[in-house]
Amino acid sequence: MRVEQISVFLENRTGRLAEVTSILSEAGVNIRALALADTSDFGVLRMIVDEKDKAREVLKANGFTIGTHDVVAVEVKDEPGGLHNILDMLGQSGVNVEYMYAFVRNSGDNAIMIFRFDDIDRAIKILEENSIHIISGQTVYTL
Amino acid sequence: MIYDIEYETMPREALTAIQLQRLRSTLERVYATVPFYRDRFDAAGVKPAEIKSLDDLQRIPFTTKQDLRDNYPFGLFAVPMDNVVRIHASSGTTGQPTVVGYTARDINTWAELMARALAAAGAWRGDIIHNAYGYGLFTGGLGAHYGAEKLGASVIPVSGGNTSRQVLIMKDFGPTIITATPSYTLHLAEIAQDMGVSFNDLKFKAGVFGAEPWSENMRQDIEAKLHLKAVDIYGLSEVMGPGVAIECHEAQKGLHVFEDHFLAEIIDPETGERLPYGEKGELVFTSLTKEAFPVIRYRTRDVSMLNPEPCVCGRTHVRMERVSGRTDDMLIIRGVNVFPSQIESVLMEMKEVEPHYQLIVDREENLDVLTVKVEVGEHLFSDEVKVLQETEKKIAENIKETLGVSANVKLVEPKTIARSKGKAVRVVDNRKL
Repeated sequence: MRVEQISVFLENRTGRLAEVTSILSEAGVNIRALALADTSDFGVLRMIVDEKDKAREVLKANGFTIGTHDVVAVEVKDEPGGLHNILDMLGQSGVNVEYMYAFVRNSGDNAIMIFRFDDIDRAIKILEENSIHIISGQTVYTL
Repeated sequence: MIYDIEYETMPREALTAIQLQRLRSTLERVYATVPFYRDRFDAAGVKPAEIKSLDDLQRIPFTTKQDLRDNYPFGLFAVPMDNVVRIHASSGTTGQPTVVGYTARDINTWAELMARALAAAGAWRGDIIHNAYGYGLFTGGLGAHYGAEKLGASVIPVSGGNTSRQVLIMKDFGPTIITATPSYTLHLAEIAQDMGVSFNDLKFKAGVFGAEPWSENMRQDIEAKLHLKAVDIYGLSEVMGPGVAIECHEAQKGLHVFEDHFLAEIIDPETGERLPYGEKGELVFTSLTKEAFPVIRYRTRDVSMLNPEPCVCGRTHVRMERVSGRTDDMLIIRGVNVFPSQIESVLMEMKEVEPHYQLIVDREENLDVLTVKVEVGEHLFSDEVKVLQETEKKIAENIKETLGVSANVKLVEPKTIARSKGKAVRVVDNRKL
């Protein structure tokens, strides 16, 4: 039920993001989803990739600081209130969303959102109880 | 004006005789009362009675800051605590500052010497002294304060900080003398300008500036902006505090060391050999009258030289050249002594932090700004920006708590801190003094 996300520490300097994409491209790693959070000094790049072990290896070899965390990929109905319903049920149960971002795919009726929760086990339980479709890691890496 | 005509203008031969007599009595006393000194002298095979001239002092071993730390807190005090009326301390490595003590007579001597210093700058009874040195464990504030009172001047114990209030006090109380660090003074000048207060309308005639390195350019800047005569003062808590040496306003060329109380030597920092007048080296002091905390051949790590030429002001005491550097890696940031190793120990105590750091010191709007760059390793890294920001904040808080100096902490990528020959460059000092 979990998806492994790779995060990278980046200083706010010209060309740092391009450095990451270039390393991954040379290694033949495909980025499935990506989000960047930043401050005036630094940023954290979060990615879902098709070959996570390889991505980790090549980025580490190039001196980047890497973190790996479990996130959850959730199918969200592509209609008004689709995201709100999910956030609402989680919020009422006291589960906090640390951050989230959208997963881009070519077609499909529903959107996929990546969530990072403070309590991932509880979050998964609540989503399942409410029959929300959670997409497995294997599926996400190869979508 | 000269505060103590007899001693400050004493002929050299008489001064040397007094120095020798006081030196011998100091050596006898520390040998009898401080085990550390007795062991040191014994190890060097020298007895105080064998010191028969000022040159013989070269047989006595040096004392270092490390010796002071090793004897933390009161191990080098030469009198029982019953006789100690004041304790000061300067920042040291984590939890271990350098501690110094004073008897009532020491406090009186210190006040006398600070009164001499203020007089040398042009202050006298009737002057109002705006004392912006920090009060507290730091010797600057109280040292200048007691000297001002001894002189008979009116002292405003304004201490550091709250700059706009300081400007109001300068405007309303009409102080004629300012005592402060040079960088804070320039900051004060800018705030005054922002508040529409012109130094033309203020009454300052002189300022006594020290506790941090400054330059001839800064002197000109301060004199032009504040319309006063700026003199340099020297001192360190280990030797006494401010008032070890002072520039006279007549010459403004080198600082007269109060030689009837302190014996100054210049040594080669590598070999420890004493250097003749006019040669640049490390300043070493021996206290001649201190009771609670005498120091014997204390290595200051400050680089200077001694000039014995007669001075236009009439004082006969040798002049030390403005301190031009350090023989160790100590930085002085806003008047606070900072060793890179102190920052390192703060970082090492935080388990998630790796010891890859760099200190960058800049001067922005005349104030020292310390930036600490810390490389982000896997233990420190988080995918959540807020966690990383909290880490930055925590490092800054720990530095502030341990060293008493504010720092901007900046997380950087691994291996981005410049390394020369494989060794990280720990300090980048961009201050143009």
